[in-house]
Amino acid sequence: MGNLRPLGAERWWVLAFLAPTLLGLALGTFGSIFATVGISFTDWDLLSPATPAGLSNYTGLPGDRLFMKALVNTLAFSGLYVPLTVVLSLAVAMGLNRKIVGIGFFRVAYFLPTVSSPTAVGLLWTWIYAEDHGALNAMIVALGGDPVSWLGPKVALYSIVIVNVWGAIGGGMIVFLAGLQTIPKEYYEVARLDGATRWQRLQFITLPALAPSIFFQMVLTTINAFQAFDYIYILTRIGNGNSTMPTLVFSIYRSGFRFFRMGDAAAQAVVLTVIIFGLTLVYFRLQRWWGAEG
Amino acid sequence: MNREKAGDWLAFGALTLGALAMIGPFVWMLSTSLKLPAEQFDMALIPHSPTLENYPRLFEIMPFHLLLWNSFKIAGISVAGQVLTCSMAAFVFAVVRFPARNILFITLLLTLMVPGQITAIPQFIIFKWLGLYGTQAPLYAPAFLGGAFGTFLMRQYFLTIPIELAEAARIDGASLSRIFFTIYLPLSKPALAAFAIFAFLFSWNDLFSALIYLPGDIEKTTLTVGLALFQAQYGGRWTLMMAASLISVAPIIIAFFLAQRHFVEGVSMTGFR
Repeated sequence: MGNLRPLGAERWWVLAFLAPTLLGLALGTFGSIFATVGISFTDWDLLSPATPAGLSNYTGLPGDRLFMKALVNTLAFSGLYVPLTVVLSLAVAMGLNRKIVGIGFFRVAYFLPTVSSPTAVGLLWTWIYAEDHGALNAMIVALGGDPVSWLGPKVALYSIVIVNVWGAIGGGMIVFLAGLQTIPKEYYEVARLDGATRWQRLQFITLPALAPSIFFQMVLTTINAFQAFDYIYILTRIGNGNSTMPTLVFSIYRSGFRFFRMGDAAAQAVVLTVIIFGLTLVYFRLQRWWGAEG
Repeated sequence: MNREKAGDWLAFGALTLGALAMIGPFVWMLSTSLKLPAEQFDMALIPHSPTLENYPRLFEIMPFHLLLWNSFKIAGISVAGQVLTCSMAAFVFAVVRFPARNILFITLLLTLMVPGQITAIPQFIIFKWLGLYGTQAPLYAPAFLGGAFGTFLMRQYFLTIPIELAEAARIDGASLSRIFFTIYLPLSKPALAAFAIFAFLFSWNDLFSALIYLPGDIEKTTLTVGLALFQAQYGGRWTLMMAASLISVAPIIIAFFLAQRHFVEGVSMTGFR
């Protein structure tokens, strides 16, 4: 790191360069968190002044069926989405980390869904999943099966996980590819001479070398999982601001920005933040424990 | 050795199937958008009588040229704000020694964990109070307040520039701002390009904020909200819907093919290796 010591007027430059970031931290992040916590103790529809509500916005949550459904959905979604995304993107990266025909094509193919707008691609998936004549059901019917309600309340969770994983493999793949390219080829050659099997090479060379990337990818994917919104909005929204698979973010959007129940939405946002912070803490604890073991 | 060979072929087969699953939906999108409405339910991959008529129809129904322009404008301003404010902060973090530098940087990184929804509520109230609800300002103004992602990315790159360059310039009497604008920025074009692409995609693809601030005004809103409104009105008319999605992903896909290297660099640079 550079260690230039600012002198005289240069101190003002330092302050000026940092000013937008400091303002963003103070107002955008910490100010907003405090404000949201404050709002969560009120009832406020933005038309009449806020009235104090004590803890009622929080104590009301367990009895709120929509919120509980959203909480369960979010946990189930993340429980499937995070491991699937990390494992599949790692597998694809390992597959592409060697000389194969058409490597450029493969990279582009896997990366394409990652850069495309989830809103636009979501419309495409509504067509694939459509109950009447959608691509999937057309195939099933042609094979003699019964059409499935892919976005109905029963199956929507899995359909949504598939779309989100489909859209996220590319990003993880690039990160893992970069990590794989830092592993010296000699390690594999020596292992091969020693007669190590494919599985042993994975277990004793690749995975330990990639451990830091895998760890951070798990953390980032988890944070993303709890904030998933776009595909869910486009694919599962039904009348009256509801969804066949509401998640926490969907529920916050609905309470706060469709029905303007700011206190209720703020309490839900606080719960979401606490869950994300808690999980991140658990990850870091696990990593330390893991490091101590190794 | 033979078993290894068989394993290689198996892996290659799986990779190919996966790649088809990634691209297939896009091919399906293109194919449907070129069909006549009467043929939308025939499952042929190649339309019997290909037509472009869905595209002009689209612009008659909804002002897609305005939506495209709005998204482009908002994303462009956001990129300018992000690139400028993040790289300014990154420069100071990478080059200058000042009190509490590390604590401040770590605090900034920790904000990556803060979900956008917790900041959205007070932000919405403030913008509403300022009379900016229903304008585009709330969608690009926050981009001028820096951010953890961009600052981290740019700082990592700035750290690879030898500090002696800055020291020498300083002995010659150059100010910090001069060092930043005439040495650091010009030497960081790859990182700037990668970050600019990222910031652009982030804004162009954003649905949540656009839904909050511009939910219904078709003249002012973004492509993402336009698509959601279009979906609500024309659901089931798949040839039109696919033409609409194609128009929205096409600019990004074209840009992606032109600047593939920068896209990939942007992701790998932030990979926390």
